[in-house]
Amino acid sequence: MSEKLLNLTLKVWRQRNSKDKGGFETYAMKGVSTDMSFLEMFDVLNEQLINEGKDPVAFDHDCREGICGMCSMFINGRPHGPKQAVTTCQLHMRSFNDGDTITVEPWRAKPFPVIKDLVVDRSSFDRIISAGGFISVNTGNAQDANAIPISKEDADESFAAAACIGCGACVAACKNASAMLFVSAKVSQLALLPQGQPERDQRVLNMVAQMDSEGFGSCTNTGACSAECPKEISLSNIARMNRDYFGASIAGK
Amino acid sequence: MSSSKLESKIPEGSLEQKWTKYRSTVPLVNPANKRSLEIIVVGSGLAGSSAASTLAELGYKVKVFCFQDSARRAHSIAAQGGINAAKNYQNDGDSVYRLFYDTIKGGDYRAREANVYRLAEVSANIIDQSVASGVPFAREYGGLLSNRSFGGTQVQRTFYAAGQTGQQLLLGAYSGLQRQVGMGAVQMYARHEMLEVVKIDGVCRGIIARDLVTGKLERHFGHAVLLCTGGYGNVFFLSTNAMGSNVTAAWKAHKKGAMFANPCFTQIHPTCIPVSGDHQSKLTLMSESLRNDGRIWVPKKLEDAKAIREGKLNPNNIKEEDRDYYLERRYPAFGNLVPRDVASRAAKERCDAGFGVNTTGEAVYLDFAFNMKYKYGKIEATKKGIANPTEAQLKEFGHEVVKEKYGNLFDMYKQITGVDPYENPMMIYPAVHYTMGGLWVDYNLMTNVPGLYALGEANFSDHGANRLGASALMQGLADGYFVIPYTIGAYLSNEIRTKAISTDHPAFVEAEKSVADTINKLIGIKGTKSVDYYHKRLGKIMWDNCGMARNEAGLKKAIEEIRALRSEFWSNVRVTGAADEFNPELEKAGRVADFLELGELMCLDALQRNESCGGHFREEYQTEEGEAKRDDENFKYVAAWEMKELGNWELHKEDLVYENIKIAQRSYK
Repeated sequence: MSEKLLNLTLKVWRQRNSKDKGGFETYAMKGVSTDMSFLEMFDVLNEQLINEGKDPVAFDHDCREGICGMCSMFINGRPHGPKQAVTTCQLHMRSFNDGDTITVEPWRAKPFPVIKDLVVDRSSFDRIISAGGFISVNTGNAQDANAIPISKEDADESFAAAACIGCGACVAACKNASAMLFVSAKVSQLALLPQGQPERDQRVLNMVAQMDSEGFGSCTNTGACSAECPKEISLSNIARMNRDYFGASIAGK
Repeated sequence: MSSSKLESKIPEGSLEQKWTKYRSTVPLVNPANKRSLEIIVVGSGLAGSSAASTLAELGYKVKVFCFQDSARRAHSIAAQGGINAAKNYQNDGDSVYRLFYDTIKGGDYRAREANVYRLAEVSANIIDQSVASGVPFAREYGGLLSNRSFGGTQVQRTFYAAGQTGQQLLLGAYSGLQRQVGMGAVQMYARHEMLEVVKIDGVCRGIIARDLVTGKLERHFGHAVLLCTGGYGNVFFLSTNAMGSNVTAAWKAHKKGAMFANPCFTQIHPTCIPVSGDHQSKLTLMSESLRNDGRIWVPKKLEDAKAIREGKLNPNNIKEEDRDYYLERRYPAFGNLVPRDVASRAAKERCDAGFGVNTTGEAVYLDFAFNMKYKYGKIEATKKGIANPTEAQLKEFGHEVVKEKYGNLFDMYKQITGVDPYENPMMIYPAVHYTMGGLWVDYNLMTNVPGLYALGEANFSDHGANRLGASALMQGLADGYFVIPYTIGAYLSNEIRTKAISTDHPAFVEAEKSVADTINKLIGIKGTKSVDYYHKRLGKIMWDNCGMARNEAGLKKAIEEIRALRSEFWSNVRVTGAADEFNPELEKAGRVADFLELGELMCLDALQRNESCGGHFREEYQTEEGEAKRDDENFKYVAAWEMKELGNWELHKEDLVYENIKIAQRSYK
């Protein structure tokens, strides 16, 4: 933890509300500790703005340990910034250099309208889950947890898909604003488990239909979603979902 | 004698029969009537999501509120290590009774027997339910579920999904909740914050909530209101809680008559990443599961500790005989797996004595090198048929195993500290993590305000003075999936004739006005200091005086300081922006205002409890070996506080009766 201090220039997207046109504001940041997280730097910026009687920058954040999926900054053209496999809250300033100019924008996608500054509305993701991202089992119906053995391989692969934090970086990274990685992660998690089989066909059809109606774009297999995913959700999930989708469509379900 | 205001409603009968019999005799509500009964659930973590989906499945009309942008973000998501259940899949002697016993003992004999036994009974159902809803727990090669050990137990009963168990359980409960949302059985209100409880004729009838996007205040009626709003660890500013975690919902309930129980019982978790500087906004936990394989130590020699702090000595170069594995030394029976309160105090003791190892002197080592090489490395070498592996081979093989078990935690550590924990021992220090105290509830999980319930971390009921690891997830889901769906019938069966009350009722109008007044007051102060400025100062007062060690003089001083800080806050805080817009500063201001009141009550509670137990350590009351010294004769009670007015509380005592456990000094030696 050898601390260094950086002087930085921040260009931050400011937008009063969903109707405002918005634009960049430039802020000079002096003496930013390399031990700070990216969001802690924003805390310092906001403290400065409040002391100057200005409106602080609104940004989403909560757990600050990379798991809640709330933080969502588009940093220097990349969701969650330059590091591989980290969320914005886990990005530390030691990943930047003295004198850097850093551009920070909200997720940009039609199904994610801006609420204020860097905060967007991601409720479309919840609606996609409501359309089918579950196993229909009412409380009390379950049998003993060890009654159905599941191979370690399948369990691990299902877990890897289930690690998705629903942050929306995949959509922000995609030139088409496609949500295929997010949707396919949930479809795969459940498709890999025996418990998910009874609703497998219906699930994929319903979730994809909801995804389309929310206005997310199509997948053109660029792979930016997976490359930028802070949880490294694999592209193979999309392939699996496509197989399931075509299978279910042909079966005419 | 317990206070007459506290009716715990524990059913008659033997411990083993209480819940079974109660479940079979509790009044029911018929399906047609359920459709006209409305339930408000505040909070969407494990307790809230599981309660909401289950109650909706039963046919009740449910509304769910959360301040985050989605129900899936509640802070249950960040729980790492696991969830306990008395499945005895390992055939190692576990049972419902043993889980019950471990929990009561771990809580230092300050929890209710009946509640804890019920918790242990339903624990197994939770695992079944979660697996059925698609939670991908870790499994063995044979396809069956895997278990590991947690602190304060000698069996392996913890189920897990890598270091992301809370995430997987919450996403399971969340998907069940979203299913009900999709069917229209649950109405979801994300980005909404509950700011007041509405009471009519002494009964809870709804809430006032603020739409955080528009700033508009809303009135919502409910036949019952369930607060599933988590703990209040953020009163310390620095904690492992999420930035938004707050006491506001529970505190508003308290100010409307609900008693607050054992507020001073806070859990300081022993293994967190140490503070790095003044900019620090939160602390990050390193899962307790790491203590399965990590050994905790500091140097034996003061000069070695000093050299490490000055960066002149690499800990890897300290010889085995010069290391003090102080937990193994002091507690040979449980070793590195002693409960959290014990491990935290032991770390503080060593650091206070000058053996701390980072620049601030507030850190100890959690070292994996030994088990990486000589436990896992050896096993893997044997599997590969290598009889005499080299040290390098042992390290290489063990590295792979440790990576699979704890990879995400090691990555997180490296990301935050810039140090590789595969090569160097982790540095850790205790941090505020969980609050055992909370709203007082009876056996039905109802507060003393009729119709107002508290579930999960928001209530006080199951963990006594110290919670065991992997028991928070268990309690949240037990309350939501398996307890409230039954116990709420005892109340709602008498409500079937209550028609939905119009939110034009004067009680709603008045409650909304008081919320609006508070908001306008906060914005109108236009002072000179930010909300965070006050929050940090409060946190420091609390950590210094009501943290890991407390004493009478410090607590008295803290109460004075908090009062002074509170009045300064209300005259000099600067809340930017307006009431009728998206305004995170305003949200924070309201929460900090409540923390500034809660902090005083926590100190008051710590001051009256002239004993040490669990997470509550009063320096005046310790054994010669520095262990917590309980006083069962005078303090074997739940302290439930009734607010008369701000700064004036009345203490009610609920006596704790132990009929099935012999109460003894807690020993992990």
